[in-house]
Amino acid sequence: MNKLTFRTDNCKGCGLCVDVCPKKVLALAEDVINKKGHHPVTAVNPEACIACAFCATMCPDCIIEVEKGE
Amino acid sequence: MVVFKKPHALSDVPLHYCPGCTHGIVHRLVAEVIDELGIEGKTIGIAPVGCSVMAYNYFECDMIEAAHGRAPAVATGVKRANPDNIVFTYQGDGDLASIGTAETVHSAARNENITVIFINNAIYGMTGGQMAPTSLPGQVTQTSPYGRDVNLCGYPVKICEMLAELDGPEYLERVTVNSVKQIRNAKRAIKKAFQNQIDGKGFSLIEVISSCPTNWGMTPQAALKWIDEKMIPYYPLGVYKDRSAEKKEDEQ
Repeated sequence: MNKLTFRTDNCKGCGLCVDVCPKKVLALAEDVINKKGHHPVTAVNPEACIACAFCATMCPDCIIEVEKGE
Repeated sequence: MVVFKKPHALSDVPLHYCPGCTHGIVHRLVAEVIDELGIEGKTIGIAPVGCSVMAYNYFECDMIEAAHGRAPAVATGVKRANPDNIVFTYQGDGDLASIGTAETVHSAARNENITVIFINNAIYGMTGGQMAPTSLPGQVTQTSPYGRDVNLCGYPVKICEMLAELDGPEYLERVTVNSVKQIRNAKRAIKKAFQNQIDGKGFSLIEVISSCPTNWGMTPQAALKWIDEKMIPYYPLGVYKDRSAEKKEDEQ
């Protein structure tokens, strides 16, 4: 399975990754507040990830790492 | 298999930019290019004054902080003293197109063998959203609350068009980073700008149309749309000068 890793503490909750994801994998965690005081991004639908890395390409803070499964 | 991870040349320091600011994307593109060309050990970056003043914290290569607007002058000195090193400057529009216009124009005219990354977001970000030389006609800022009046404040400075008139510069291109497609295109342009320097071709400047959600008073998403709707019609994307390509055409 494809794997997404987030450096959650560096997320500023801008949501650019959420909008760019073609499979609606990501969402901002409305019930979580990170160290910076933002709602960080989280994978709500990780099975749908196709490892296109659009989210990581768009992320201004480079917090997303994308791994393609076998 | 890792498809995407943080480039090595980008440090672990959290970026201080506002949420959704595209400075971070351009930082990463520069770092990716440094990684791909394998030049991290011999690259020297020049940080400007402006939002990206702390760029020296974010790159793993050697960095120098220049006085406001003087990055191309500092880069000229560094490059001439260390011709084997790769020297790039990273500047915003308040730095490059305002206080540092003279340095920019003359380093381009001299065709210094340096790479300039120019972030154009049409506003002064760090000082709180005042009108910049690149602000669009009619654009509302802190110092133009009724919109930029061209009769009073004049017209915006188009750096790529202006420098393209000179015989000096090797490569001038305007790109943006408001979508995945455009980000990939911007990376290609930045890579070419560094490659030109490695090949000893001369002055390369990449103007990146960026967003400033905080000072434009928009969400990050709306700011990216505003680039498409307002900025690109005024600042058309494309290659403004490519002397190598021109030479090839002449030969054919």
